[in-house]
Amino acid sequence: MSDFVPLPNMPPPNLSKGIVGWAKTNLFSSPINSIISVVGLYFVITFLTPIIDWVFISAVWTGEGNAACVEATGACWIFIGDRLPIFFYGIYPPEQIWRLDICFVLLALSFGPQFFEGIPYKKYLAIFSLTGLPLIGYFLISGGSFGLESVPTEKWGGLSLTLLLAYVGIVAALPIGVVLALGRRSKMPVIRTFCVCFIEMWRGVPLISVLFMASVMLPLFLPDGMNFDKLLRALIGITMFQSAYMAEVIRGGLQAIPGGQYEAASAMGLGYWKQMRLVILPQALKLVIPGIVNTFIALFKDTTLVLIIGLLDVLALVQSAIEDPSWKAVETEGYFFAALCFWLFCFSMSRYSQKLERKLHTGHKR
Amino acid sequence: MTTNKPAVELIGMNKWYGEFHVLKDINLTVAEGERIVICGPSGSGKSTMIRCINRLEEHQAGQIIVNGIELTEDLKRIDEVRREVGMCFQHFNLFPHLTVLENCTLGPIWVRKMPKKEAEDIAMHFLERVKIPEQADKFPGQMSGGQQQRVAIARSLCMNPKIMLFDEPTSALDPEMIKEVLDVMVELANEGMTMLCVTHEMGFAKMVADRVIFMDAGQIVEENNPHEFFDNPQNDRTKLFLSQIIGH
Repeated sequence: MSDFVPLPNMPPPNLSKGIVGWAKTNLFSSPINSIISVVGLYFVITFLTPIIDWVFISAVWTGEGNAACVEATGACWIFIGDRLPIFFYGIYPPEQIWRLDICFVLLALSFGPQFFEGIPYKKYLAIFSLTGLPLIGYFLISGGSFGLESVPTEKWGGLSLTLLLAYVGIVAALPIGVVLALGRRSKMPVIRTFCVCFIEMWRGVPLISVLFMASVMLPLFLPDGMNFDKLLRALIGITMFQSAYMAEVIRGGLQAIPGGQYEAASAMGLGYWKQMRLVILPQALKLVIPGIVNTFIALFKDTTLVLIIGLLDVLALVQSAIEDPSWKAVETEGYFFAALCFWLFCFSMSRYSQKLERKLHTGHKR
Repeated sequence: MTTNKPAVELIGMNKWYGEFHVLKDINLTVAEGERIVICGPSGSGKSTMIRCINRLEEHQAGQIIVNGIELTEDLKRIDEVRREVGMCFQHFNLFPHLTVLENCTLGPIWVRKMPKKEAEDIAMHFLERVKIPEQADKFPGQMSGGQQQRVAIARSLCMNPKIMLFDEPTSALDPEMIKEVLDVMVELANEGMTMLCVTHEMGFAKMVADRVIFMDAGQIVEENNPHEFFDNPQNDRTKLFLSQIIGH
């Protein structure tokens, strides 16, 4: 009788074969694949070349005014450069713009580090960005206290308004969504019915009509003399609307948590709120990060709809700027810039969510 | 072996799932320090019965008194009972988003309001007792089933329970891992823990049980000490069951 000796571990066969090897297996593995690859490459080059040419090579980067752009075949970026302050700050009083700048810097400082490894106090920065920052931002931007000159919300606009709408919407919609999702799964009929009605009502109407109601209809129903700010009404509308979506995303996560998790937490003696906070929500929210970020991105882009109630976000300002007759045909540049603004922020959110998912991954379930 | 004060008392306890009568007139008294093994065919209500003891399931009639506290709708009493009763599940139910150590310290910190350092010391002590202190920083998803179940036992012990409930703790394990879990349970039994185990490990029952209870169709059919129970079963249903689980 002989002892069982396990075979030694061997390295896997070598799969890396350099660029040529990669191209051979992935692009030219068969005659048909080779043809598809060549045709695909042809189309990519034909479509990409003019775009790159327009954006970079033939574009006008320096010069003064419309005259510099008249002859150019590429993009007229000096137009964007010329209007950049307006796109950023709207018609906020120029001598007060430093207040917005402080907010931008604080926003960048509290969110930027989240994208990098090995930066200490990230947790506190995140907490600050969700609690302290909105407060500081409010007092800085609106003024009227601490010796700051008051700036009415009619003067807020541009990218700063877009960011403000999205930021407040995101910060407020997530917790409200969590509460609504828990409420919808509650055993108490009154709470459950309320949450179901709330969610279905807000989810069932388009955001445009919510904003329209908030800005046009609501003042009609309010008693005389009682009126609150148009921006605030828009913010509440957006928040309610998005929190209804958020609630359903989070409810999906809650339903995916096996019953055993609730039982183990109960058996341990944890009460309902502690169970939710310590055991259920951390798992459920992690599961639905893609859905949550999806909602955030939709919210970010939906902020452009405030245009219809007369608030001027970055897209609205771009639209009015391109109609300026002193510049010739700058529509494409304007929309390109607006698209780039939105894409940058949405793409950052998407990257951040992927990073978060990787970081929170703790091996297989159970 | 047994003292006067009962750890668990079930008096005329009944439970229904809708129209279905799952537990019929259960009477059971478990003395402090007693080890009870509950067996029976699947669907006989054995799991449901022990899940009633920490009110993961509600009973509709009769009384359940745990450690002197009667279980009612009163949430405060339920919390009080749950603090003294530990439970291990068939599927371990560890919290996958927390490390092994955090799984063990969650209860002491949030239910017993213990400082973190002290909770960690206790957790390490029990992880050593179940022989996996080196896994403390791993996540449950990175461990074998046997290791996970031992963590689950350690997690319950960290709450310093007076009574331990085991709901088929080895049923979901590979044969090679059953022993490592049973060894921990035997050790626990030898230290005098009050235990109620739903299990089909008859070797374990013979070794540690003070009493074996056989259930069928929601009723306690027979209860006896393990020696009598296995060698001289009284009821025909018990005889059939025993012949089936030992015969293969």
